[in-house]
Amino acid sequence: MSDSRLPSSFMAPGTSSFADFLGIEAPDLLPSRRAVPTGNAGDLAPHGTTIVAATFDGGVVMAGDRRATMGNIIAQRDIQKVFPADEFSVVGIAGTAGLAVEMVRLFQTELEHYEKIEGTTLSMDGKANRLAALIRANLGLAMQGLAVVPLFAGYDNAAGQGRIFSYDVTGGRYEETAFHSVGSGSLFARGSLKKLYRDDFSADEAVMAVVQALYDAADDDSATGGPDLTRRIFPVVHLITPDGGHRMPDDEVSAIADRMIASRMQRPDGPAAPLT
Amino acid sequence: MSMPFYVSPEQMMKDRADFARKGIARGRSVVALQYADGILFVSENPSKALHKVSEIYDRIAFAAVGRYNEFENLRIAGVRLADMRGYAYDRRDVTGRGLANAYAQTLGTIFSSGGEKPYEVEIFVAEIGDVADDDQLYRLTYDGQVADEHGFAVMGGAADVVAGHLREHYVAGSSLEDVLRVAVSALGHSETDDRVIPVGDLEVAALDRTRTQPRKFLRLRETRLAEILGTRGAEEAGDPAPEDAIAGSGPHHSGEDDPADPTDQVSGAVAPLEDPVTGEPTAQAPVAPPADPPTEQAQPPADPDVPPTTPPATPPADSGPARP
Repeated sequence: MSDSRLPSSFMAPGTSSFADFLGIEAPDLLPSRRAVPTGNAGDLAPHGTTIVAATFDGGVVMAGDRRATMGNIIAQRDIQKVFPADEFSVVGIAGTAGLAVEMVRLFQTELEHYEKIEGTTLSMDGKANRLAALIRANLGLAMQGLAVVPLFAGYDNAAGQGRIFSYDVTGGRYEETAFHSVGSGSLFARGSLKKLYRDDFSADEAVMAVVQALYDAADDDSATGGPDLTRRIFPVVHLITPDGGHRMPDDEVSAIADRMIASRMQRPDGPAAPLT
Repeated sequence: MSMPFYVSPEQMMKDRADFARKGIARGRSVVALQYADGILFVSENPSKALHKVSEIYDRIAFAAVGRYNEFENLRIAGVRLADMRGYAYDRRDVTGRGLANAYAQTLGTIFSSGGEKPYEVEIFVAEIGDVADDDQLYRLTYDGQVADEHGFAVMGGAADVVAGHLREHYVAGSSLEDVLRVAVSALGHSETDDRVIPVGDLEVAALDRTRTQPRKFLRLRETRLAEILGTRGAEEAGDPAPEDAIAGSGPHHSGEDDPADPTDQVSGAVAPLEDPVTGEPTAQAPVAPPADPPTEQAQPPADPDVPPTTPPATPPADSGPARP
């Protein structure tokens, strides 16, 4: 190589977006630029399943089960599907696991890249819109069965509350109030949260509600994994408050899960909601 | 066929080095110091938005002096390089050495290529390891040379004076608070007197390995600095440097017109062709003046809130021609 200096595209001013830069400099690294032969590729790779999120007074919590499936096979029983996107936001993924994990890495880099170049963080809506753009770019692959559907949540310092965004495969972005769920078990999880959710939740109560919802999803959806008591594998729970976000330590989650299971021993369908 | 003038390579390189050195010497100094838990950067920089010290990656930071647009270009290139490598491989695979090499190649190529002016910048690339012995601090100069620094390093305008003060007072392995105090007093030190730099004019950042997050870079804000530095006597802001933007004034130039110095920023008696503010030809312009003096139609549309003013026939006395 005669010219070993940094390529001029690195020095070019303009974009603060890592994905845009990658599109110019190394498009083969973008998950959405891959050509896949026509046909349904959906059965080739593992799928991630259920993610739930709920807001509470002073933050938001997101939790995901640990199962990845390939048809009738359990591909992995301790997969992680909820990731921190940056200090104040978290993203959970359902759909083709390989693509989804790659997309999360791209999204994490995108947010950090913007922060470093501009010296300030993106707004909550700005982050949600960037994720929508990444999902939209994946539409071609989604039509061949490799869909990725994320759930995005975070604490909005400007609005002073936790917020949740859901997406469809075309990049549609929808803000949800209170709680939401995506993935194969999402119908059951959402029904469960509908009955369990209260506006005045504390952080601990919100965590208990999402863990209950995941149990209800696993109860009725074969692709969602329930708590694995023998291997001590429990959901991944991320809590985000005005002080930042963190993954709840495994021993705390397992204590909550043990309490839930103890009460389900009495009433397998979970807590009963009042009729009126 | 005309032959180009012959300029010996030695002379050409010397001219280019002089040019770059003069540009760098105009700015204020930046100090980088190793302390027990990482590397600290201190500089006097009244601007809150135009940083001289920035984060590149988890354990890597960047500091620069000289021309803002040039080192900002390099900083952005560094962030892109680091993020791309971290994305394509893994976060642990982004190293300060790799980044310093890329910068060195870039600066060296620009310096020795005839077609471009050399960059008027000097850069620190720092990376912290798990223990103090693994910390690395590279200094890169305008011509692409890389030096591996230990303990402390200074670059910018009064580097020699500041380094002299540090050599006497710096103690290896001391705490963040101690090295900060030493660095601030060194930056305020000059051959004639010692000055107390106002807390608000300090830009301080550190790579701190005790942080629990993977990203070890943090800025020390004004309140924290005031807490650490305590009372130090009457604060005295530095003289405006050519790099500072003075509120309400145009570009600030210092120094005098020296026809022998190609890098000075002041032009003498030769009036610019155009008024830098209005774009109108100036009265002394050595071109044919328009048939009519500047007319209404040449003016921008009148703002109803502002009484119309006629553009000054000559540029303000203190502003030279606008540099591109």
